[in-house]
Amino acid sequence: MIGAAQPILQADDVAHYYGRHRGCEHVSFDLFPGEVMGVVGESGSGKSTLLSTLYGRLTPTAGRVTCRTRTDESVDIHTISEPERRLLMRVDWAFVHQNPRDGLRMNVSAGANVGERLMAVGERHYGDIRSKAIDWLERVEVDAERIDDLPATYSGGMQQRLQIARNLVTGPRLIFMDEPTGGLDVSVQARLLDLLRGLVTDLGLSAIVVTHDLAVVRLLAHRLLVMRKGRVVESGLTDQVLDDPQHPYSQLLVSSILRT
Amino acid sequence: MSQPSETQGAWDPSYNFAFLDEQTKRMIRRAILKAVAIPGYQAPFASREMPMPYGWGTGGIQVTAGVIGPDDVLKVIDQGSDDTTNAISIRKFFVRTTGVRTTESTGDASIIQTRHRIPESPLREDQILVYQVPIPEPLRFLEPRETETRQMHALEDYGLMHVKLYEDIARHGHIATSYAYPVKVAGRYVMDPSPTPKFDNPKMDRCPALQLFGAGREKRIYAIPPYTEVKSLDFDDYPFELPTWDAACALCGDTHSFLDEVILDDAGGRMFVCSDTDHCRERRANGHVGPAAAAAPFETMSAAP
Repeated sequence: MIGAAQPILQADDVAHYYGRHRGCEHVSFDLFPGEVMGVVGESGSGKSTLLSTLYGRLTPTAGRVTCRTRTDESVDIHTISEPERRLLMRVDWAFVHQNPRDGLRMNVSAGANVGERLMAVGERHYGDIRSKAIDWLERVEVDAERIDDLPATYSGGMQQRLQIARNLVTGPRLIFMDEPTGGLDVSVQARLLDLLRGLVTDLGLSAIVVTHDLAVVRLLAHRLLVMRKGRVVESGLTDQVLDDPQHPYSQLLVSSILRT
Repeated sequence: MSQPSETQGAWDPSYNFAFLDEQTKRMIRRAILKAVAIPGYQAPFASREMPMPYGWGTGGIQVTAGVIGPDDVLKVIDQGSDDTTNAISIRKFFVRTTGVRTTESTGDASIIQTRHRIPESPLREDQILVYQVPIPEPLRFLEPRETETRQMHALEDYGLMHVKLYEDIARHGHIATSYAYPVKVAGRYVMDPSPTPKFDNPKMDRCPALQLFGAGREKRIYAIPPYTEVKSLDFDDYPFELPTWDAACALCGDTHSFLDEVILDDAGGRMFVCSDTDHCRERRANGHVGPAAAAAPFETMSAAP
Protein backbone atom coordinates (compact mmCIF):
# COMPACT_ATOMS: atom_id res chain seq x y z
CA MET A 1 0.00 0.00 0.00
CA ILE A 2 1.22 3.48 -0.91
CA GLY A 3 2.40 5.50 2.09
CA ALA A 4 -0.04 5.93 4.97
CA ALA A 5 -3.22 6.27 2.88
CA GLN A 6 -6.32 5.80 5.01
CA PRO A 7 -9.17 3.66 3.70
CA ILE A 8 -12.16 5.70 2.50
CA LEU A 9 -14.57 2.94 3.47
CA GLN A 10 -14.14 0.08 5.89
CA ALA A 11 -16.50 -2.85 6.30
CA ASP A 12 -15.93 -4.84 9.44
CA ASP A 13 -17.69 -8.21 9.61
CA VAL A 14 -20.88 -6.74 8.13
CA ALA A 15 -24.03 -8.85 8.10
CA HIS A 16 -27.63 -8.17 7.24
CA TYR A 17 -30.45 -10.62 7.91
CA TYR A 18 -34.00 -10.37 6.63
CA GLY A 19 -35.53 -11.94 9.72
CA ARG A 20 -34.05 -15.44 9.79
CA HIS A 21 -33.07 -15.26 6.15
CA ARG A 22 -29.47 -14.37 5.42
CA GLY A 23 -28.93 -11.35 3.15
CA CYS A 24 -25.17 -11.24 3.59
CA GLU A 25 -22.71 -11.97 6.40
CA HIS A 26 -19.03 -11.88 7.38
CA VAL A 27 -18.12 -9.23 4.84
CA SER A 28 -14.97 -7.30 5.63
CA PHE A 29 -12.82 -5.16 3.39
CA ASP A 30 -10.97 -1.84 3.17
CA LEU A 31 -11.52 0.42 0.20
CA PHE A 32 -8.78 2.95 -0.46
CA PRO A 33 -9.07 6.30 -2.28
CA GLY A 34 -9.01 5.87 -6.05
CA GLU A 35 -9.78 2.19 -5.83
CA VAL A 36 -12.66 0.51 -7.68
CA MET A 37 -14.04 -2.65 -6.19
CA GLY A 38 -16.34 -4.99 -8.06
CA VAL A 39 -18.87 -7.26 -6.37
CA VAL A 40 -19.99 -10.17 -8.52
CA GLY A 41 -22.23 -13.14 -7.96
CA GLU A 42 -25.39 -14.72 -9.20
CA SER A 43 -28.84 -13.32 -8.65
CA GLY A 44 -29.79 -13.67 -4.96
CA SER A 45 -26.20 -13.90 -3.75
CA GLY A 46 -26.54 -10.83 -1.52
CA LYS A 47 -24.73 -8.28 -3.72
CA SER A 48 -27.43 -5.65 -3.59
CA THR A 49 -28.11 -6.28 0.10
CA LEU A 50 -24.44 -5.68 0.76
CA LEU A 51 -24.46 -2.50 -1.31
CA SER A 52 -27.54 -1.14 0.48
CA THR A 53 -26.01 -1.95 3.86
CA LEU A 54 -22.76 -0.22 2.92
CA TYR A 55 -24.68 2.79 1.63
CA GLY A 56 -26.60 3.03 4.90
CA ARG A 57 -29.99 2.25 3.47
CA LEU A 58 -30.19 -1.03 5.39
CA THR A 59 -29.15 -1.36 9.01
CA PRO A 60 -26.54 -4.08 9.53
CA THR A 61 -27.53 -6.94 11.82
CA ALA A 62 -23.89 -7.21 12.85
CA GLY A 63 -20.62 -5.46 12.16
CA ARG A 64 -20.01 -1.84 11.24
CA VAL A 65 -19.26 0.36 8.26
CA THR A 66 -16.94 3.31 8.79
CA CYS A 67 -16.13 5.95 6.26
CA ARG A 68 -13.67 8.80 6.08
CA THR A 69 -15.28 12.16 5.27
CA ARG A 70 -13.71 14.95 3.29
CA THR A 71 -12.80 16.68 6.56
CA ASP A 72 -10.80 13.51 7.33
CA GLU A 73 -13.01 12.31 10.15
CA SER A 74 -13.87 8.68 10.60
CA VAL A 75 -17.61 8.11 11.05
CA ASP A 76 -19.82 5.07 11.46
CA ILE A 77 -22.41 5.64 8.79
CA HIS A 78 -25.16 3.82 10.69
CA THR A 79 -24.87 5.85 13.87
CA ILE A 80 -24.34 9.41 12.57
CA SER A 81 -27.30 11.77 12.76
CA GLU A 82 -29.73 12.05 9.86
CA PRO A 83 -28.63 15.59 8.80
CA GLU A 84 -24.98 14.47 8.77
CA ARG A 85 -25.91 11.38 6.79
CA ARG A 86 -27.84 13.41 4.22
CA LEU A 87 -24.95 15.83 3.81
CA LEU A 88 -22.51 12.95 3.42
CA MET A 89 -24.68 11.38 0.72
CA ARG A 90 -24.89 14.64 -1.16
CA VAL A 91 -21.33 15.79 -0.89
CA ASP A 92 -19.06 12.79 -0.46
CA TRP A 93 -21.11 9.94 -1.87
CA ALA A 94 -23.14 9.10 -4.93
CA PHE A 95 -25.43 6.24 -5.86
CA VAL A 96 -26.13 5.15 -9.43
CA HIS A 97 -29.23 3.01 -9.69
CA GLN A 98 -29.72 0.25 -12.21
CA ASN A 99 -32.93 1.86 -13.38
CA PRO A 100 -32.28 5.57 -14.08
CA ARG A 101 -35.91 6.28 -13.21
CA ASP A 102 -35.10 5.43 -9.58
CA GLY A 103 -32.27 7.93 -9.49
CA LEU A 104 -33.76 10.77 -11.53
CA ARG A 105 -36.55 13.20 -10.84
CA MET A 106 -38.65 12.49 -13.91
CA ASN A 107 -40.95 15.52 -13.71
CA VAL A 108 -38.28 18.22 -13.87
CA SER A 109 -35.81 19.05 -16.64
CA ALA A 110 -32.37 17.51 -17.06
CA GLY A 111 -30.76 20.76 -15.90
CA ALA A 112 -32.79 20.76 -12.68
CA ASN A 113 -31.83 17.12 -12.15
CA VAL A 114 -28.15 17.94 -12.36
CA GLY A 115 -28.58 21.11 -10.30
CA GLU A 116 -30.57 19.51 -7.49
CA ARG A 117 -27.58 18.40 -5.44
CA LEU A 118 -25.98 21.83 -5.86
CA MET A 119 -29.12 23.54 -4.62
CA ALA A 120 -29.40 21.04 -1.77
CA VAL A 121 -25.98 22.08 -0.49
CA GLY A 122 -26.87 25.77 -0.68
CA GLU A 123 -25.99 26.97 -4.20
CA ARG A 124 -28.30 29.95 -4.90
CA HIS A 125 -27.02 31.42 -8.16
CA TYR A 126 -29.04 30.32 -11.18
CA GLY A 127 -26.33 31.19 -13.72
CA ASP A 128 -23.67 29.19 -11.85
CA ILE A 129 -25.94 26.18 -11.40
CA ARG A 130 -26.81 26.22 -15.06
CA SER A 131 -23.26 26.52 -16.32
CA LYS A 132 -22.20 23.65 -14.07
CA ALA A 133 -25.12 21.58 -15.37
CA ILE A 134 -24.12 22.29 -18.99
CA ASP A 135 -20.52 21.41 -18.20
CA TRP A 136 -21.56 18.08 -16.69
CA LEU A 137 -23.95 17.22 -19.49
CA GLU A 138 -21.08 17.69 -21.92
CA ARG A 139 -18.79 15.54 -19.81
CA VAL A 140 -21.26 12.67 -19.97
CA GLU A 141 -21.75 13.28 -23.70
CA VAL A 142 -25.33 14.56 -23.52
CA ASP A 143 -26.03 17.39 -25.98
CA ALA A 144 -26.19 20.63 -23.94
CA GLU A 145 -29.06 21.74 -26.19
CA ARG A 146 -31.24 19.21 -24.38
CA ILE A 147 -30.71 20.70 -20.92
CA ASP A 148 -34.31 21.88 -20.63
CA ASP A 149 -35.89 18.61 -21.81
CA LEU A 150 -37.53 16.20 -19.41
CA PRO A 151 -35.56 12.99 -18.73
CA ALA A 152 -38.55 11.01 -20.03
CA THR A 153 -37.70 12.25 -23.53
CA TYR A 154 -34.18 10.80 -23.23
CA SER A 155 -33.15 7.35 -24.42
CA GLY A 156 -32.22 4.74 -21.81
CA GLY A 157 -28.50 5.27 -22.28
CA MET A 158 -28.86 9.03 -22.05
CA GLN A 159 -30.93 8.71 -18.88
CA GLN A 160 -28.21 6.59 -17.33
CA ARG A 161 -25.56 9.15 -18.29
CA LEU A 162 -27.75 11.94 -16.93
CA GLN A 163 -28.03 10.04 -13.67
CA ILE A 164 -24.25 9.83 -13.51
CA ALA A 165 -23.89 13.58 -14.19
CA ARG A 166 -26.45 14.36 -11.51
CA ASN A 167 -24.48 12.29 -9.03
CA LEU A 168 -21.02 13.59 -9.84
CA VAL A 169 -21.81 17.32 -9.95
CA THR A 170 -20.92 17.91 -6.28
CA GLY A 171 -17.59 16.11 -6.72
CA PRO A 172 -18.21 13.02 -4.57
CA ARG A 173 -15.27 10.82 -3.63
CA LEU A 174 -17.08 7.50 -3.40
CA ILE A 175 -19.65 6.23 -5.84
CA PHE A 176 -21.90 3.19 -5.40
CA MET A 177 -23.17 1.57 -8.58
CA ASP A 178 -25.86 -1.09 -8.74
CA GLU A 179 -25.74 -2.81 -12.14
CA PRO A 180 -24.97 0.50 -13.91
CA THR A 181 -25.16 -1.09 -17.35
CA GLY A 182 -28.11 -3.41 -16.77
CA GLY A 183 -30.96 -2.96 -19.18
CA LEU A 184 -28.86 -1.23 -21.84
CA ASP A 185 -28.00 -2.72 -25.22
CA VAL A 186 -24.45 -3.90 -25.85
CA SER A 187 -23.12 -0.92 -27.81
CA VAL A 188 -24.59 1.56 -25.32
CA GLN A 189 -23.12 -0.52 -22.49
CA ALA A 190 -19.68 -0.29 -24.04
CA ARG A 191 -19.92 3.47 -24.40
CA LEU A 192 -21.15 3.90 -20.85
CA LEU A 193 -18.35 1.73 -19.48
CA ASP A 194 -15.83 3.75 -21.43
CA LEU A 195 -17.27 6.95 -19.99
CA LEU A 196 -17.33 5.59 -16.45
CA ARG A 197 -13.76 4.37 -16.70
CA GLY A 198 -12.65 7.80 -17.94
CA LEU A 199 -14.49 9.63 -15.14
CA VAL A 200 -13.26 7.31 -12.42
CA THR A 201 -9.63 7.72 -13.55
CA ASP A 202 -9.82 11.47 -14.21
CA LEU A 203 -11.50 12.32 -10.93
CA GLY A 204 -9.68 9.73 -8.84
CA LEU A 205 -13.00 8.33 -7.60
CA SER A 206 -13.40 5.32 -5.41
CA ALA A 207 -16.24 3.07 -6.42
CA ILE A 208 -18.10 -0.06 -5.50
CA VAL A 209 -19.70 -1.69 -8.53
CA VAL A 210 -22.26 -4.42 -8.08
CA THR A 211 -22.87 -6.46 -11.20
CA HIS A 212 -23.39 -9.94 -12.53
CA ASP A 213 -21.57 -8.97 -15.70
CA LEU A 214 -17.91 -10.00 -15.54
CA ALA A 215 -17.06 -7.81 -18.54
CA VAL A 216 -18.06 -4.76 -16.52
CA VAL A 217 -15.77 -5.58 -13.62
CA ARG A 218 -12.91 -6.56 -15.92
CA LEU A 219 -13.05 -3.07 -17.42
CA LEU A 220 -13.73 -1.04 -14.29
CA ALA A 221 -12.65 -2.81 -11.15
CA HIS A 222 -9.22 -3.15 -9.60
CA ARG A 223 -10.38 -5.63 -7.02
CA LEU A 224 -13.14 -8.18 -6.87
CA LEU A 225 -15.38 -9.81 -4.29
CA VAL A 226 -17.14 -12.95 -5.47
CA MET A 227 -20.31 -13.59 -3.48
CA ARG A 228 -22.44 -16.67 -3.13
CA LYS A 229 -25.34 -17.30 -0.75
CA GLY A 230 -24.58 -14.10 1.16
CA ARG A 231 -20.91 -14.88 1.78
CA VAL A 232 -17.73 -13.72 0.09
CA VAL A 233 -16.22 -16.86 -1.40
CA GLU A 234 -13.24 -15.28 -3.07
CA SER A 235 -11.54 -11.90 -3.22
CA GLY A 236 -8.47 -10.52 -4.89
CA LEU A 237 -7.20 -8.48 -7.81
CA THR A 238 -9.62 -8.58 -10.72
CA ASP A 239 -7.24 -10.10 -13.24
CA GLN A 240 -6.06 -12.63 -10.71
CA VAL A 241 -9.59 -13.78 -9.86
CA LEU A 242 -10.79 -13.84 -13.43
CA ASP A 243 -7.70 -15.51 -14.90
CA ASP A 244 -6.99 -17.94 -12.09
CA PRO A 245 -10.15 -18.49 -10.05
CA GLN A 246 -9.62 -20.64 -6.94
CA HIS A 247 -13.07 -21.28 -5.54
CA PRO A 248 -15.24 -23.74 -7.47
CA TYR A 249 -18.03 -21.19 -7.76
CA SER A 250 -15.67 -18.54 -9.19
CA GLN A 251 -14.40 -21.13 -11.66
CA LEU A 252 -17.97 -21.87 -12.70
CA LEU A 253 -18.74 -18.16 -13.04
CA VAL A 254 -15.67 -17.47 -15.16
CA SER A 255 -16.11 -20.55 -17.32
CA SER A 256 -19.73 -19.66 -18.01
CA ILE A 257 -18.70 -16.65 -20.06
CA LEU A 258 -18.83 -17.23 -23.78
CA ARG A 259 -15.40 -16.86 -25.29
CA THR A 260 -14.68 -16.15 -28.90
CA MET B 1 -75.55 46.89 -3.29
CA SER B 2 -74.88 46.51 0.40
CA GLN B 3 -73.41 49.37 2.34
CA PRO B 4 -69.93 48.95 3.81
CA SER B 5 -71.22 50.02 7.19
CA GLU B 6 -71.42 47.46 9.97
CA THR B 7 -74.44 45.24 10.19
CA GLN B 8 -75.76 43.42 13.23
CA GLY B 9 -77.18 39.98 12.52
CA ALA B 10 -79.20 37.57 14.58
CA TRP B 11 -77.64 34.51 16.21
CA ASP B 12 -79.77 31.44 15.73
CA PRO B 13 -79.60 29.97 19.26
CA SER B 14 -80.13 26.42 18.04
CA TYR B 15 -76.43 26.50 17.13
CA ASN B 16 -73.65 26.57 19.68
CA PHE B 17 -71.70 29.84 19.44
CA ALA B 18 -69.59 29.69 16.22
CA PHE B 19 -71.15 26.36 15.16
CA LEU B 20 -68.46 24.11 16.68
CA ASP B 21 -68.82 22.63 20.18
CA GLU B 22 -66.62 24.05 22.93
CA GLN B 23 -64.20 21.08 23.06
CA THR B 24 -63.58 21.35 19.33
CA LYS B 25 -62.87 25.04 19.62
CA ARG B 26 -60.42 24.32 22.45
CA MET B 27 -58.69 21.72 20.30
CA ILE B 28 -58.39 24.24 17.46
CA ARG B 29 -57.05 26.90 19.81
CA ARG B 30 -54.41 24.48 21.08
CA ALA B 31 -53.31 23.84 17.49
CA ILE B 32 -53.24 27.61 16.85
CA LEU B 33 -51.09 28.19 19.95
CA LYS B 34 -48.69 25.51 18.78
CA ALA B 35 -48.59 27.05 15.30
CA VAL B 36 -47.93 30.52 16.69
CA ALA B 37 -45.15 29.17 18.90
CA ILE B 38 -43.38 27.62 15.88
CA PRO B 39 -43.85 30.13 13.04
CA GLY B 40 -44.46 28.44 9.70
CA TYR B 41 -44.76 24.93 11.15
CA GLN B 42 -47.81 22.97 10.02
CA ALA B 43 -49.53 21.91 13.25
CA PRO B 44 -51.92 19.00 12.74
CA PHE B 45 -55.46 19.34 14.07
CA ALA B 46 -58.58 17.19 14.06
CA SER B 47 -60.41 18.97 11.27
CA ARG B 48 -64.19 18.60 11.52
CA GLU B 49 -66.80 17.95 8.89
CA MET B 50 -68.24 21.37 8.10
CA PRO B 51 -71.60 22.13 6.46
CA MET B 52 -69.91 22.88 3.13
CA PRO B 53 -67.57 21.05 0.74
CA TYR B 54 -63.82 20.93 1.08
CA GLY B 55 -62.26 23.66 -1.01
CA TRP B 56 -64.84 26.22 0.08
CA GLY B 57 -62.87 27.34 3.10
CA THR B 58 -63.55 24.68 5.75
CA GLY B 59 -60.07 25.20 7.27
CA GLY B 60 -60.39 28.97 7.46
CA ILE B 61 -63.87 28.72 8.94
CA GLN B 62 -62.72 26.37 11.68
CA VAL B 63 -59.85 28.71 12.57
CA THR B 64 -62.20 31.71 12.60
CA ALA B 65 -64.68 29.75 14.73
CA GLY B 66 -61.84 28.99 17.14
CA VAL B 67 -60.82 32.63 17.65
CA ILE B 68 -64.07 34.58 17.21
CA GLY B 69 -65.83 36.18 20.18
CA PRO B 70 -69.15 38.03 20.54
CA ASP B 71 -67.41 41.44 20.33
CA ASP B 72 -65.51 40.73 17.14
CA VAL B 73 -66.26 42.42 13.84
CA LEU B 74 -65.89 40.04 10.89
CA LYS B 75 -64.90 40.76 7.31
CA VAL B 76 -64.78 37.98 4.71
CA ILE B 77 -63.15 38.36 1.31
CA ASP B 78 -62.69 36.06 -1.65
CA GLN B 79 -60.22 37.21 -4.33
CA GLY B 80 -60.15 40.56 -2.52
CA SER B 81 -63.86 41.00 -2.99
CA ASP B 82 -66.47 41.23 -0.24
CA ASP B 83 -69.41 40.41 -2.48
CA THR B 84 -68.60 37.09 -4.14
CA THR B 85 -70.70 34.01 -3.40
CA ASN B 86 -68.11 32.36 -1.18
CA ALA B 87 -67.50 35.50 0.89
CA ILE B 88 -71.21 36.20 1.33
CA SER B 89 -71.98 32.60 2.29
CA ILE B 90 -69.25 32.46 4.93
CA ARG B 91 -70.28 35.85 6.32
CA LYS B 92 -73.90 34.68 6.56
CA PHE B 93 -72.77 31.46 8.22
CA PHE B 94 -71.04 33.37 11.00
CA VAL B 95 -73.88 35.84 11.41
CA ARG B 96 -76.30 32.97 11.88
CA THR B 97 -74.06 30.99 14.24
CA THR B 98 -72.57 33.86 16.30
CA GLY B 99 -74.58 37.02 15.68
CA VAL B 100 -71.35 39.05 15.43
CA ARG B 101 -71.23 42.31 13.54
CA THR B 102 -69.86 42.14 10.01
CA THR B 103 -68.23 44.78 7.89
CA GLU B 104 -66.74 45.33 4.47
CA SER B 105 -64.29 47.90 5.74
CA THR B 106 -60.78 46.58 6.41
CA GLY B 107 -60.16 49.21 9.07
CA ASP B 108 -63.27 48.31 11.08
CA ALA B 109 -62.74 44.54 11.13
CA SER B 110 -61.09 42.66 13.98
CA ILE B 111 -61.05 39.32 12.14
CA ILE B 112 -60.63 39.13 8.37
CA GLN B 113 -61.09 35.74 6.75
CA THR B 114 -59.62 35.60 3.27
CA ARG B 115 -59.01 33.38 0.33
CA HIS B 116 -56.14 34.63 -1.90
CA ARG B 117 -55.78 38.30 -1.07
CA ILE B 118 -54.39 40.36 1.76
CA PRO B 119 -56.19 43.74 2.01
CA GLU B 120 -54.33 46.65 0.42
CA SER B 121 -54.58 48.91 3.47
CA PRO B 122 -52.06 48.05 6.22
CA LEU B 123 -53.29 45.81 9.04
CA ARG B 124 -53.01 46.60 12.74
CA GLU B 125 -51.92 44.75 15.87
CA ASP B 126 -55.52 44.26 17.02
CA GLN B 127 -56.51 42.42 13.85
CA ILE B 128 -56.32 38.74 12.89
CA LEU B 129 -56.06 37.61 9.28
CA VAL B 130 -57.35 34.08 8.65
CA TYR B 131 -56.42 32.35 5.38
CA GLN B 132 -58.26 29.47 3.74
CA VAL B 133 -55.60 27.07 2.46
CA PRO B 134 -56.15 24.21 0.00
CA ILE B 135 -52.67 22.60 0.05
CA PRO B 136 -50.46 23.56 2.99
CA GLU B 137 -47.37 21.59 1.95
CA PRO B 138 -45.00 23.67 -0.22
CA LEU B 139 -42.95 20.60 -1.17
CA ARG B 140 -45.95 18.48 -2.19
CA PHE B 141 -45.69 18.74 -5.97
CA LEU B 142 -42.04 17.71 -5.95
CA GLU B 143 -42.17 15.16 -3.15
CA PRO B 144 -45.45 13.25 -2.88
CA ARG B 145 -44.51 11.29 0.28
CA GLU B 146 -45.81 12.95 3.46
CA THR B 147 -43.28 11.02 5.60
CA GLU B 148 -40.45 12.45 3.50
CA THR B 149 -41.71 16.06 3.43
CA ARG B 150 -42.08 16.01 7.23
CA GLN B 151 -38.51 14.85 7.56
CA MET B 152 -37.36 17.52 5.10
CA HIS B 153 -39.03 20.20 7.24
CA ALA B 154 -37.52 18.74 10.39
CA LEU B 155 -34.02 18.75 8.88
CA GLU B 156 -34.46 22.11 7.14
CA ASP B 157 -33.70 20.25 3.92
CA TYR B 158 -35.15 22.73 1.44
CA GLY B 159 -32.98 22.39 -1.68
CA LEU B 160 -35.93 20.92 -3.53
CA MET B 161 -37.85 24.19 -3.30
CA HIS B 162 -35.19 25.85 -5.42
CA VAL B 163 -35.44 23.03 -7.96
CA LYS B 164 -38.98 24.25 -8.59
CA LEU B 165 -37.83 27.85 -9.02
CA TYR B 166 -34.93 26.70 -11.25
CA GLU B 167 -37.43 24.86 -13.41
CA ASP B 168 -39.51 28.03 -13.73
CA ILE B 169 -36.56 30.08 -14.95
CA ALA B 170 -35.42 27.32 -17.33
CA ARG B 171 -38.87 27.14 -18.90
CA HIS B 172 -40.06 30.73 -18.82
CA GLY B 173 -36.93 32.85 -18.45
CA HIS B 174 -38.09 34.20 -15.10
CA ILE B 175 -39.67 32.86 -11.92
CA ALA B 176 -43.17 32.33 -13.28
CA THR B 177 -44.74 31.15 -10.03
CA SER B 178 -47.27 33.90 -9.44
CA TYR B 179 -49.25 32.52 -6.53
CA ALA B 180 -48.51 30.07 -3.71
CA TYR B 181 -44.99 31.48 -3.90
CA PRO B 182 -42.86 29.76 -1.23
CA VAL B 183 -41.61 31.83 1.69
CA LYS B 184 -39.25 31.21 4.58
CA VAL B 185 -40.75 32.19 7.93
CA ALA B 186 -38.52 33.51 10.72
CA GLY B 187 -35.48 32.05 8.94
CA ARG B 188 -36.57 28.47 9.59
CA TYR B 189 -39.67 26.87 8.05
CA VAL B 190 -40.50 27.07 4.36
CA MET B 191 -44.21 27.78 4.08
CA ASP B 192 -46.76 27.84 1.30
CA PRO B 193 -48.93 30.97 1.50
CA SER B 194 -51.26 29.27 -0.97
CA PRO B 195 -53.15 30.40 -2.86
CA THR B 196 -52.18 34.02 -2.21
CA PRO B 197 -50.71 35.90 -5.19
CA LYS B 198 -47.02 36.65 -4.76
CA PHE B 199 -47.94 40.34 -5.00
CA ASP B 200 -49.08 40.00 -1.37
CA ASN B 201 -45.97 38.20 -0.06
CA PRO B 202 -44.24 41.43 1.08
CA LYS B 203 -47.37 42.32 3.09
CA MET B 204 -46.80 39.21 5.23
CA ASP B 205 -43.33 40.35 6.20
CA ARG B 206 -43.28 41.90 9.69
CA CYS B 207 -47.05 42.37 9.55
CA PRO B 208 -48.42 43.76 12.84
CA ALA B 209 -51.51 41.53 12.61
CA LEU B 210 -51.57 37.85 13.56
CA GLN B 211 -51.84 35.65 10.46
CA LEU B 212 -53.46 32.22 10.79
CA PHE B 213 -53.72 29.60 8.04
CA GLY B 214 -56.26 26.77 8.09
CA ALA B 215 -56.35 23.78 5.74
CA GLY B 216 -59.50 21.75 6.42
CA ARG B 217 -59.03 18.79 4.11
CA GLU B 218 -55.33 18.45 4.91
CA LYS B 219 -55.98 19.01 8.64
CA ARG B 220 -53.20 21.52 9.23
CA ILE B 221 -53.01 24.93 10.92
CA TYR B 222 -50.00 27.21 10.62
CA ALA B 223 -49.31 30.78 11.59
CA ILE B 224 -47.17 33.86 11.23
CA PRO B 225 -47.01 35.73 14.55
CA PRO B 226 -47.01 39.56 14.43
CA TYR B 227 -43.79 41.24 13.26
CA THR B 228 -42.25 37.98 11.98
CA GLU B 229 -39.81 38.00 9.10
CA VAL B 230 -41.25 36.40 5.97
CA LYS B 231 -38.82 36.09 3.07
CA SER B 232 -39.76 34.99 -0.44
CA LEU B 233 -37.32 32.41 -1.83
CA ASP B 234 -35.29 33.39 -4.89
CA PHE B 235 -31.92 33.10 -6.62
CA ASP B 236 -29.06 35.57 -6.21
CA ASP B 237 -29.23 36.46 -9.91
CA TYR B 238 -33.03 36.16 -10.17
CA PRO B 239 -34.36 38.08 -7.17
CA PHE B 240 -37.99 38.00 -6.09
CA GLU B 241 -40.03 40.40 -8.23
CA LEU B 242 -43.49 41.82 -7.88
CA PRO B 243 -45.90 41.70 -10.81
CA THR B 244 -46.74 45.03 -12.40
CA TRP B 245 -49.58 46.22 -14.58
CA ASP B 246 -49.48 48.69 -17.46
CA ALA B 247 -52.91 49.98 -16.53
CA ALA B 248 -54.32 51.84 -13.55
CA CYS B 249 -57.56 50.79 -11.85
CA ALA B 250 -60.37 51.89 -14.20
CA LEU B 251 -62.57 52.95 -11.30
CA CYS B 252 -60.25 54.59 -8.77
CA GLY B 253 -57.11 55.19 -10.83
CA ASP B 254 -54.79 53.35 -8.37
CA THR B 255 -51.49 52.26 -9.90
CA HIS B 256 -50.15 50.38 -6.87
CA SER B 257 -52.88 47.87 -6.07
CA PHE B 258 -53.45 44.32 -7.34
CA LEU B 259 -55.62 44.59 -10.48
CA ASP B 260 -58.15 42.11 -11.89
CA GLU B 261 -58.77 42.01 -15.61
CA VAL B 262 -62.47 42.08 -16.39
CA ILE B 263 -63.81 41.14 -19.82
CA LEU B 264 -66.56 43.54 -20.78
CA ASP B 265 -67.95 42.25 -24.08
CA ASP B 266 -67.30 39.80 -26.92
CA ALA B 267 -65.37 42.40 -28.93
CA GLY B 268 -62.18 42.35 -26.84
CA GLY B 269 -63.32 45.08 -24.48
CA ARG B 270 -61.70 44.82 -21.05
CA MET B 271 -60.82 46.83 -18.04
CA PHE B 272 -58.57 46.54 -15.02
CA VAL B 273 -60.03 47.12 -11.59
CA CYS B 274 -58.74 46.81 -8.04
CA SER B 275 -59.16 43.28 -6.74
CA ASP B 276 -59.63 44.70 -3.24
CA THR B 277 -63.15 46.13 -3.53
CA ASP B 278 -63.05 47.88 -0.16
CA HIS B 279 -59.79 49.63 -1.02
CA CYS B 280 -61.25 50.77 -4.36
CA ARG B 281 -64.48 52.01 -2.78
CA GLU B 282 -62.59 53.93 -0.13
CA ARG B 283 -60.38 55.63 -2.72
CA ARG B 284 -63.39 56.65 -4.79
CA ALA B 285 -65.07 58.00 -1.66
CA ASN B 286 -61.93 60.11 -1.15
CA GLY B 287 -62.31 61.60 -4.60
CA HIS B 288 -59.95 59.44 -6.69
CA VAL B 289 -61.36 58.86 -10.17
CA GLY B 290 -60.17 56.31 -12.74
CA PRO B 291 -60.59 56.56 -16.52
CA ALA B 292 -63.70 54.34 -16.71
CA ALA B 293 -65.37 55.84 -13.66
CA ALA B 294 -65.14 59.25 -15.35
CA ALA B 295 -67.14 57.82 -18.24
CA ALA B 296 -69.39 56.16 -15.65
CA PRO B 297 -70.28 52.93 -17.50
CA PHE B 298 -71.84 51.35 -14.43
CA GLU B 299 -74.18 54.21 -13.70
CA THR B 300 -75.55 53.94 -17.24
CA MET B 301 -75.64 50.15 -17.01
CA SER B 302 -77.53 50.09 -13.72
CA ALA B 303 -79.86 52.80 -15.02
CA ALA B 304 -80.87 50.57 -17.91
CA PRO B 305 -84.09 48.62 -17.30
